This record gives sequence, structure tokens and C-alpha cells, in this order.
Amino acid sequence: MSELTSNELIRLSAAALAAKLRAGEVTSVEVTQAHLDRIAAVDGQVNAFLHVNAEEALAVAAEVDAIRAAGGAAAEELHELAGVPIAVKDLIVTIGQPTTAGSKILEGWHSPYDATVIKKLRAAKMPILGKTNLDEFAMGSSTEHSAYGPTRNPWDLERIPGGSGGGSAAAVAAFEAPLALGTDTGGSIRQPGAVTGTVGVKPTYGAVSRYGAIAMASSLDQIGPVSRTVLDSALLQEVIGGHDPFDSTSLTDSFDNLVEAARTGNVQGMKIGIIKELHGEGYQAGVENRFNESLELLKEAGAEIVEVSCPNLKYALGAYYLIMPSEVSSNLAKFDGVRFGLRVLPKEGPMTIERVMAATRAAGFGDEVKRRIILGTYALSAGYYDAYYGSAQKVRTLIQRDFDAAFAQADVLISPTAPTTAFKLGEKLDDPLAMYLNDVATIPANMAGIPGLSLPGGLADEDGLPVGIQLLAPAREDARLYRVGAVLEALLEEKWGGPLLAQAPSLVEPVETLVETHGGSK
Amino acid sequence: MAAINRDDVAHLARLAHIEMSAEELDRMAGELAVIVDSVKSVSEAAGDDVPATSHPIPLSNVFREDVVGHTFTAEQALSGAPDAAEDRFKVPAILDED
Repeated sequence: MSELTSNELIRLSAAALAAKLRAGEVTSVEVTQAHLDRIAAVDGQVNAFLHVNAEEALAVAAEVDAIRAAGGAAAEELHELAGVPIAVKDLIVTIGQPTTAGSKILEGWHSPYDATVIKKLRAAKMPILGKTNLDEFAMGSSTEHSAYGPTRNPWDLERIPGGSGGGSAAAVAAFEAPLALGTDTGGSIRQPGAVTGTVGVKPTYGAVSRYGAIAMASSLDQIGPVSRTVLDSALLQEVIGGHDPFDSTSLTDSFDNLVEAARTGNVQGMKIGIIKELHGEGYQAGVENRFNESLELLKEAGAEIVEVSCPNLKYALGAYYLIMPSEVSSNLAKFDGVRFGLRVLPKEGPMTIERVMAATRAAGFGDEVKRRIILGTYALSAGYYDAYYGSAQKVRTLIQRDFDAAFAQADVLISPTAPTTAFKLGEKLDDPLAMYLNDVATIPANMAGIPGLSLPGGLADEDGLPVGIQLLAPAREDARLYRVGAVLEALLEEKWGGPLLAQAPSLVEPVETLVETHGGSK
Repeated sequence: MAAINRDDVAHLARLAHIEMSAEELDRMAGELAVIVDSVKSVSEAAGDDVPATSHPIPLSNVFREDVVGHTFTAEQALSGAPDAAEDRFKVPAILDED
């Protein structure tokens, strides 16, 4: 038996868990069970998980433990992260567990195949704890658009955990999982990371296979890691990355220098560019303060801070809200009540396929999904195509040129990840445009295909909630994010006297009050 | 650029195969008008000389060897279908009877 209590085990990083597993100080069954116990204890409050995969996760854990106990070549060949459990955003298809995409239209659906990233997790023998909540089809910035109820922010249960990957971020922040997979189309990994005090990375477009991630906007979508430390994200990106013949947009470049970059972080002599257009006006004072503090720390560590301008970023949000819905309207056409998921018959009139499709999609899709399908259908209509979709694609070129110019002056770029800290549940639900503005700083990376990392930058003075710092690097230079991120993380943790999440509420109340306040939780 | 109105939304909803109630059309038209208004500056951002980018990292001619790979059995392919018969997806009438 481990000398650590399960409460201590769940607070370890994936790298620390992996080291203890290798040293035989703890078993994967103990580690996995500790996380399943934590899910049982707190997920009634957080609602990060849509499905808990206890049986399979424990079986994989037991298999890893048996291989380690037997020793020999098989034990030697175990992956570094073998036995370290992980949660998966429910947009990624898995054999043996339901995949809902947070939508009623896929309720109860089981994929007949595994996503490539899932195959890689299985090959590494990482127990999959379950599937995490998200805005329906990953459309949203708060996880409130999930058909299965919102996820709550572990820092304040009355607030949003960000979105669309609020479930993955909240699971990691609440110590329900040391690692998770997310998907990022306009910030769905990084913005939840920012508001929950966790780390999230959107790799270079094509660095991780998208095969088996239910497509939202194919030219923008990217699977990436969610974790509590920069090193853990690097470890996970190396597990899931690599060329995949099943994804024609998959890059053949090698991304095997990420862990080394995180372990040998150094900013001495590096040029770090502040993007003039991505801070200041419109950003919460506490966000600005923490951002400026991070700049000071990087400067003290030997980096040179320069200012760069990307003037066309002012068009990025608008262009994104033309390109993304256009691709959404096409990608979601397959949910028609024929091949998978829900079928709803019209209440009256002729029972034709067209009317069945319309009734199915009316009942199966939520408001935000319908809004984006209609908007995309509009942007692609004859007569509007050039002005909308065509212009937005030109803006994409201008944004890429802006970043090319910026990276000629700086090795990495830096900005706040999100303009504000976590807002209250319901606060922006009736104002789609206000919701869209949450992603103003994250969208440009998706438009340009470049990698971005968000790490915790501290707590805002005015509300005590986490602030995210975003780093951006040129396409294929993901290692730079980890190199700089690891340095900034170490400097900040030294200042805080430990990880930021050590300051988060415990969520588990003393036993005597538990009965009164949370007796009915699931 | 023209604003989006209720009739437009009704037409688009038909094209997108989404049934919408009168109340939904009213609400959606109002919300979409605000969104469309906020994105229209995009059409003035770039001149004719700027090429379009459809894909962030251009790749061309991504081919594989022309050999048969993994395929699903009919049973697997039909496993999530709302209705199936004789190893096929079963759909309602394609044509309206009247």
C-alpha cells in the first residue's frame, strides 16, 4: 500500500504519479481508484463528467500493475505515463463508452471506432476515467450550452468553468483527473484553462490527429492537452501527437522535443512580444495586473519584452464568426436522423425524409447550435458568399501575415488568455455576442493555425478568481511554448509558495456540515 | 450588406432542415441581426489583391496507397442507426406522396 493518502495522490501531477508508479511506491489501481473516489465525492457539485468509465479504467490499471509486478521486458517497455489516468472530452469518440458531444441528438450513441488519440492513450495504457461535459458540439464559452446541464467552476460553484471544454478543465482543477483531453476551435482548451487555474494547450494545427473528434469547424479544430502543470501538458502532447494517415491535414513533422523543452525551460535572451491589440481596453483590471506581473517576472529571468502590433486582429472575431459557422453548417448536416442518434417523427402531415430530418434537428439541437447552423447557411448563400465567407478567408491571410511580421520581431508572443475571470452562470446566456467576446484573444491562433498555451497567472485582485496567461509561437514551434511556459510557471509558483490550485476551495466539506448542505448530491 | 430578417431566417431554416416555431423565428432573427451587424466590417477589411486562406497550414496531394484498409461490418455501421433493415439504413419516404 502507498504511504500517501488518496487525498494526497489526487493532488500529484501526472509526472509525479508516473515517477511513483515506476518506483513501485503506488499502484495504478490505487491511483485510479483515488480519482474515481474523488469523482464520486465532488462531481455532484462540479458536473464535469457525463460518463464515468470506472470498470474499464480499473481493468487497465490492474493490467499495468500486473505488467510492472511481473517485471522483465514488458515492464521495461511500458510507456512513461502507463497507469496514469485521464479524462476525455465527450467530443472525442470512444469504443465502450457513449459519446454525446453534449447534444441530445447523440444521446446514448456509441461509436463503432476509437479516435486516433484514444488509440494512443490505450497503447500507452492510460486508464480512461470517463467523458467530460462540454457546450453542445463544442459551441460556447461557458459549458452552459450542454444539453446535460452546466459544469461548475471549482473555484466558485456559481460561476462558469469556461467552454467549450469546461468539463475537462473543471475535472483537472477539482483533482478528479490529473490529465484530460480537450479540443480547441476558438479557445475551447485555453479559455477554460484560464478561468479554472489550469494549463491548456492548442497545438499547431495538424500536430495532433483530429480523426475521431466530432468535427465542428474542420479548418480550426485541434485536439490538445489539459493539465495542472506545463510539463504534464508536454508529456500528454507527446503521447497524442504524431502523423496519422487517417487525417489528411495531419503534419508529418516530429514534435518529440516538447518534454525536453518543458524540463529545460529557459528564457535567457529570448524576445517575448506583447501584442498591442490583445490587452488594455476591454480587459478586466485584475487580468491586466496579473499579466503585467508575468511580464516583469520574465524580464527578471532574462527575457527581452518587446511590443508588436497585429492590426488585423480587430477583424479576427468577425471573420471567425463567418468561417466557423460556415463549416459548422456543413459538418453538422450529417446529424439527420438516418445513420446515427436521434430520430423524431413529425407530429402530423406526410412522413417524408425531409420532414423527419427537420423534426429531428429541431428537437435534437439546442439554440446555440441552431444559431450557428443558420448563420453559416446564410454566410454560404448565393449572393453573400463573396462578401462573407470569401472576405473572412482573406482576413485569415491578413492575420497570418500579421503573425509572420510579429514573429520576425519576437520568439513568442504573450497576452492574457481571456479578457475577464469566470463570470456567473446565466450572466451571458441571453446575449450571444457578449459570450463570443470571451474568445477574442484565443481565436487568432486558430485562424492562423499556430500553437497557443494558457497557464495560470494568479488571482485577480477584485474577485480572487484565476487569470490565464497565453503564450503563442509560430506554427510547428510548440516546443517554445513549453520552454517559456515552464519558466513562467516556476517563477509564479515560487512567488505563490506552491501551485495556484492549492488555494482553491476543497469542495469536500467537513462531515458534520455535509449532511445539511450537500446530502442530496449525486 | 443587407440585414437579416425573419423571412430570411425562415428560408435558411428550411435549407438547413431545422423546423422552427414562429416564436423561435422571431427570436433567432433578432439575435442573428445583431451578430451579422457585428461581423460585416470583415467585408471591408481586405482588398481584391489579398488571396483567401482556406486552410491554416497548406498541404497538397495527400495520398495513400490504393489498398483496402479497415472497413466496418454492416452490423457495426448500422449499430447507431435509428432504423435499419436488411443490412441497410431504413429511411422514411424520399418523395412526398402528394
